[in-house]
Amino acid sequence: MARKPKRQRRQALEQRRCEQFLLHEARLLDDGQFDDWLALFTSEAWYWVPSEPDQADPVETVSLIYDDRRLLETRVRRLASPRMYSQEPRSRTSRIVGNVTIEEGEANSCTVRSKFIMIEYRREQQRIFGGTAFHGLVQAGGRIMIAWKRIDLVNCDAPLDGITIPF
Amino acid sequence: MQSTETLASFVQPARVHRQIYSDPAIFELELQRIFGVAWIYVGHESQVKKPGDYFRSFIGRKPVVLVRDAEGKICVIHNQCAHRGSLVVANDKGNTEEFQCCYHGWTYHLDGRLKAVPLQTGYPRDFDPKNPKTAMTQMPRVQSYRGFVFASEAADGPGLEEFLGYMTTSLDDMIDRAPDGEIEVAGGVFKHAYDGNWKIYLENLCDAAHPLFTHRSSIDAAQQQSDQVHSDGSGEIAIRQMRQNGAPYSFWETQVGIWTYPNGHSYLGDYHDDAKLVAALKDPVFREYIAAMEKKKGKEETRRVLEVRRWNSNVYPNLSFMSQFQQLRVVHPIAVNRTVVHTYNFRLKGAPEQMFRNTISFANTVNGTGSLVLTDDLEIYNRIGMGLSSEGAEWIEIGRGLQSDVSDSHGGRRGQNSTSEIYIRNMLEAWLSYMKNGHAEMRVAS
Repeated sequence: MARKPKRQRRQALEQRRCEQFLLHEARLLDDGQFDDWLALFTSEAWYWVPSEPDQADPVETVSLIYDDRRLLETRVRRLASPRMYSQEPRSRTSRIVGNVTIEEGEANSCTVRSKFIMIEYRREQQRIFGGTAFHGLVQAGGRIMIAWKRIDLVNCDAPLDGITIPF
Repeated sequence: MQSTETLASFVQPARVHRQIYSDPAIFELELQRIFGVAWIYVGHESQVKKPGDYFRSFIGRKPVVLVRDAEGKICVIHNQCAHRGSLVVANDKGNTEEFQCCYHGWTYHLDGRLKAVPLQTGYPRDFDPKNPKTAMTQMPRVQSYRGFVFASEAADGPGLEEFLGYMTTSLDDMIDRAPDGEIEVAGGVFKHAYDGNWKIYLENLCDAAHPLFTHRSSIDAAQQQSDQVHSDGSGEIAIRQMRQNGAPYSFWETQVGIWTYPNGHSYLGDYHDDAKLVAALKDPVFREYIAAMEKKKGKEETRRVLEVRRWNSNVYPNLSFMSQFQQLRVVHPIAVNRTVVHTYNFRLKGAPEQMFRNTISFANTVNGTGSLVLTDDLEIYNRIGMGLSSEGAEWIEIGRGLQSDVSDSHGGRRGQNSTSEIYIRNMLEAWLSYMKNGHAEMRVAS
């Protein structure tokens, strides 16, 4: 008699798994694996970088980036284009993610707050971005995905040159 | 310092010397002779609705405050303490009863007059706090055109409407599109910075020959995008615009026009009928909007307004706006190779709320710091900044369309089609006139 397959234990979205997920995401972005990064998002996900501190919503006020799933796909496809002149030469980035806390949540969905610093180097110039990230994480079939992501840059309302690499 | 003759030799019919984009001495002269003379857009009255409301802006490099005083009058005052020169107003906007310098407490009325000076007895005997020169100085001339506030540092010169000329019709179009006949600044601000000269920015806004090339990556990415993927509506607007940028040259050559007017002003027109932008009549929001317009303005006026098709309108030297999607950009020259541009949105009063949300989505697409479109424009500005800073090719070619430009009504000239560089030649004509004479020369229509 064949052994019954071991029932997969359901893991909650607890601290360590969330942290590992954020580190994985940061690594994909630093490595320029944007297609794999996009695959982390759910089919109706949104990605938001407000232009104001404490911005209430992305529909009544402009945003440095506000992508629904369709636009996020277009953004990622463009990143692969050899004719994306604002990425010629390419940026190199290095991110540190920390101060991770689970703000609210249950077994299969939660809001994770973290701090990040991203150094971007391109064409003899280095820029430093930092701020707070909020991830709306969900899991289905044991896999964690991003339902929404909000990045609050410390200098969101500063005069800025173009932002091309996602945070 | 360059002599007037040298400056004149830099601007020729079909070319311009790179030095006017890279020479710090010429930049300083521009601040005096152009930004220190011309009508400079400062802000919109809706940004200072109540007495005490203020908003910080710049005239050239000079920090100013747009403020509504206690009597409700619009003032533009120099943001500088009359005592030791400190910047007085530090917040971008707000409401206050008075302005107070944080250094020695000199306090000013909202219109800039000195109100109180602590320890007054210690100053020289002839110190007179009532002397109007001891103030946060008012700009010599401040005028509004239907809510758009301009200031000039020149005590004399053409009035605002004379300066604007036919461009008043573009400003009218901003307002006429509101069912209630009123607009207000809303939805925040983008601040773009690039390492290049301020003129480069204006020279790109009516450039109909660049999208197909510069914006290729976003055109391709948008054209390949499946419309089956989820959108909350914002991405749909963005992708439609990016695809539109991919219109073939034949479209730009036959369906888009470029018009220029005295004093360096211009607009790109006949572009983007509403059908291309918001699916027009099929779109329930647009139907609701048309209904609101017809109710307030009648069918005939509504048709007239919607048939006005202005893309970017440029008022030289620091303003560009786009009436069809209620965008407005203000150019701030920081240094010869550093420029900051602030972009704003307007809400059409009486229009469906969703119209404003579409305006925001559109702003994110064409003016957003992280936009898939604007980032490539900023790259161009930076590269021109780098390119023109080195010796070598001394002349920039701006002759496209020179042989075929034609005179037009209202004292204007237009390109035979939109890819003429006539708007650059027109701006440089105004530039040279300001630099030579300290004012723009009214062009005689040929």
